[in-house]
Amino acid sequence: MATAAKTDTQLPQAFEARNPGQALDLDWVLGAQANRSAIERRTASLPGRRSVKKDYQAAWLCRAVSCIDLTTLSGDDTRGRVRRLCAKAVQPVRADILQELGMEGLTVGAVCVYHDMVETAVEALDGTGIPVAAVSTGFPAGLSPFDLRVAEIVESVKAGAAEIDIVISRRHVLTGNWQALYDEMRAFRSACGEAHVKAILATGELGTLKNVARASLICMMAGADFIKTSTGKESVNATLPVSLTMIRAIRDYHQRTGYRVGYKPAGGISKAKDALTYLALMKEELGDRWLRPDLFRFGASSLLGDIERQLEHHVTGHYSAAHRHAIG
Amino acid sequence: MTVKEIFETMEYGPAPESAADALAWIVDQGSRFGQFIGGDWTAARGEFHSKNPANGETLADLTQAIPSEIDDAVAAARKAQPGWQGLGGHGRAKYLYAIARLMQKHARLFAVLETLDNGKPISESRDIDIPLAQRHFYYHAGMAQLMDSELPGRVPHGVCGQIVPWNFPLLMLSWKIAPALAAGNTVVLKPAEYTSLTALLFADICTQAGLPKGVVNIVTGDGAVGEMIVSHPGIDKIAFTGSTEVGRIIRRATAGTGKALTLELGGKSPYIVFEDADIDSAIEGLVDAIWFNQGQVCCAGSRLLVQEGIAETFHARLRARMDKLRLGNPLDKCIDVGAIVDPVQLRAVSDMVDASTTGEVYRANVEMPVEGCFYPPTLITGLHPSDRLMQDEIFGPVLVGTTFRTPAEAVQMANNTRYGLAATLWSENINVALDIAPKLAAGVVWINGTNMFDAAAGFGGVRESGFGREGGWEGMSAYTRPATKTKTLTALLPFKGKNTPTDPLDRTAKLYVGGKQARPDGGYSRGVYAPKGALLGHVGIANRKDIRNAVEAAQGAAGWSGTTGHNRAQILYYIAENLSARAGEFAHRLNQMTGKRNGAREVEASISRLFTYAAWADKFDGQTHNVPIRAVALAMREPVGVIGAFCDDAHPLLGLISLMGPAMAMGNRSVLIASEPFPLAATDFYQVLETSDVPGGVVNILTGSHTELAPALAGHMDVDAVWSFSSTDLSKEIESSAAGNLKRTWVNNGQDRDWFGPAGEGRYFLDAATEVKNIWVPYGA
Repeated sequence: MATAAKTDTQLPQAFEARNPGQALDLDWVLGAQANRSAIERRTASLPGRRSVKKDYQAAWLCRAVSCIDLTTLSGDDTRGRVRRLCAKAVQPVRADILQELGMEGLTVGAVCVYHDMVETAVEALDGTGIPVAAVSTGFPAGLSPFDLRVAEIVESVKAGAAEIDIVISRRHVLTGNWQALYDEMRAFRSACGEAHVKAILATGELGTLKNVARASLICMMAGADFIKTSTGKESVNATLPVSLTMIRAIRDYHQRTGYRVGYKPAGGISKAKDALTYLALMKEELGDRWLRPDLFRFGASSLLGDIERQLEHHVTGHYSAAHRHAIG
Repeated sequence: MTVKEIFETMEYGPAPESAADALAWIVDQGSRFGQFIGGDWTAARGEFHSKNPANGETLADLTQAIPSEIDDAVAAARKAQPGWQGLGGHGRAKYLYAIARLMQKHARLFAVLETLDNGKPISESRDIDIPLAQRHFYYHAGMAQLMDSELPGRVPHGVCGQIVPWNFPLLMLSWKIAPALAAGNTVVLKPAEYTSLTALLFADICTQAGLPKGVVNIVTGDGAVGEMIVSHPGIDKIAFTGSTEVGRIIRRATAGTGKALTLELGGKSPYIVFEDADIDSAIEGLVDAIWFNQGQVCCAGSRLLVQEGIAETFHARLRARMDKLRLGNPLDKCIDVGAIVDPVQLRAVSDMVDASTTGEVYRANVEMPVEGCFYPPTLITGLHPSDRLMQDEIFGPVLVGTTFRTPAEAVQMANNTRYGLAATLWSENINVALDIAPKLAAGVVWINGTNMFDAAAGFGGVRESGFGREGGWEGMSAYTRPATKTKTLTALLPFKGKNTPTDPLDRTAKLYVGGKQARPDGGYSRGVYAPKGALLGHVGIANRKDIRNAVEAAQGAAGWSGTTGHNRAQILYYIAENLSARAGEFAHRLNQMTGKRNGAREVEASISRLFTYAAWADKFDGQTHNVPIRAVALAMREPVGVIGAFCDDAHPLLGLISLMGPAMAMGNRSVLIASEPFPLAATDFYQVLETSDVPGGVVNILTGSHTELAPALAGHMDVDAVWSFSSTDLSKEIESSAAGNLKRTWVNNGQDRDWFGPAGEGRYFLDAATEVKNIWVPYGA
């Protein structure tokens, strides 16, 4: 039972009523504005205005670890590779460092894999409380037949995935087919059942921040539990301006409906300092409630390594080296 | 707190920047400072203290300059000036570049010192003030390099007296010193008494750069020292940034002295949010507008105008954003709002807010520091233009606001102010944005952003926010003057006569107001006589009520400012055409009045001059400044508005047309006071105007005594500029009376001008007939 409790704390419904979605409100969607220059100025100046040091920095970095969706999404993934990753998810930071920090038991937020690796991951993480997320719906392009995409969700849930990361049809956004986008998301959500659904917008392919804002709102209206920037396979992945646009949409949605939707930036976040900036952005724009793994995740593969080095530096006062930390 | 606890609370914790190096620098200087004069430090007396407003601690003891020290500083600057100018553009550029580099090398020292002294957050001094200050020196190193080739015929003023405020101590110093030095001036600069330390560090930098002694002199002290600078006879130009009240005093004090003057004064800048704006970004912009530097910013977007339909949600979201602001130790890198500069200022802000009984007051729900000068970010909504807080500058972190219904009403409300420094507008619709920006009475307009500054774009205001620009080519011109040599004029008196007409048919010359010939209000006329005494005719004697009527007519012709350059050119050509048709008659009249034989030449020159300004009407283009962000900064040339002008006495037609031409061409309306001794060419000219499709009110002409009309015209609150080329030296009267609404003035200081030569026309006139408005348009799909 301990397992289930732990898993629940990572998921939105542990503390929050799950976002049920609502009817498509096109007035709201089309009224969304996103001024790129102003958004870029905000994100460019934020790191200079918010800074965490010493113990605070260490604590924040531990928080970042707890929000990582440790990910492997490669064609050459094997069961062995996935088991190794799961082992790292359970023990993301060297035990002596965690002990020094008083942070024993720290784990990542989830492990994220392709469908074929779900069973392996679930098995490997059994008893740890760490959920398995599966990318789905013809990830990363989302262009396979619609019924197969829906079926893929069902299969992954059946295999034990607690979270499903779906990809939206970018063409619906690019052609302004908002109803189709809404309907697609609704179908995906419904196929997920009890599993949580993260909607990947592939923001690097949506063209404008205004499209990002609109797609964010539509996915939330259609019942997304999380909205996520990217697959990690686009040429541009998570950026601060895109993040600001999406989390402002989340704030707007919360203000109007009362439901909290989570946020997951994915791809391109590889430095501890970047993670701190993302956390500060969440804290400033959405509030402390969004600094927990049930509402915030990093989709990242190399971020953890940098955080480990920074934490060792914090503990020892000496700059660290990659080979002093276990690979995942 | 343990790491585990912080992991749960996710607080920011302290992130202090160390003050150690800056404090060590102060100690190294003995913690006491004298004046920096002629490259050396005078003995420190330490009569007043520079304090850290965040904790009240004394940072250093400073010296109140005494008159003999100001004399010494001016003498040092005077002595150094020819050599500095003589270095040439490249020679000066090398020093400016060296100063910029040194400022960069000591960037953190400057930033920490600024924050200690002023109380602004270290993130601001580090990321905004100091980099911008460096940028000004880099930019003006380039200006020095290019001056010889790009500003031919212009020379420095000589010695500049510069007085800067406490809100951006080093940045304002840079805005003043960099262009002055680039142009070949030397300076005596006084920092504000609250915040002298970075100026003193700058003096140290000048020494390190090997700047020739006396080129930069820094004197410290309060307003009394400022007065000594302003009234010092050895200073050629005064540049002041500070309050409108003090600006007015300086305008009066320098009136008639021949000192050039630029003033960058207060503001109550509107911040307009249209319903189609990116609301969250507009709210974030307010943080940079009114909570930047604790709201102690002359161009702060302090007057919030929100379109009624979105006002409720906008205000609610704004309040939520305010609660996220962090107040406290300015040296903490995680602080948004620092300390108010001094307890005196803190009291002024709270008294002003407390005195207001209207509106809904919201104070940010933030943790307030227990000690030091802090004021909570405040929003007061539901005010009306009639409330004092909507009109007067608070100069603190207090935003006041109301709502509007339509774009036209937004403009009306925005312009309902005596100030005109900056304006901000937010709209995602390019049609709305580019329609509204030019209509706002402000020297700077920011679209979808706020408080954007750069050395390449001029900054400065209109109305009672002062005159002159800092930055860009327009700012550079304020530190130069034409190289022409002039002679002192003697007042030309009318010829006396014997009251017998040369022609018995009476022709009554009236005044020309609103496109109609009008009798003088006072009902008095005087005879105009030829040199040998023959009566040539009578002219009306205009009085202050005629001035009132003429200005009213000119204000009524505001449509002229909106006409196209092409259209204005057509009318100027038409005037030339009609004047040409009557050339002989005008030549005869000129010869008759003056007793000279120059008439034909003057008429010919007048026709040519009309052609010149017809030519310029559609060619005096603005610029697109190259600012270092993804934006265009459009420097638009706008008409000044209503220009009152006293015309040259000796050239009754050419003198008139030389002022009317540029005023009309640039879209101004004018009230011209004709040659006092020889007014009949001007009165004959009414008929030319009447037959040339000049809309009523665009040109108004009065005849009468220059001396008597000067106070009424220069003191009129609805006149935007007054020029004088009268042979009676009206400079002191005009500059002094102009202080009321701080209208722009251009006076001859009793010096002549060659109206037939190059000095009689061209860019200098066009510059005077226009204001440069810088419109910043950031963009991004």
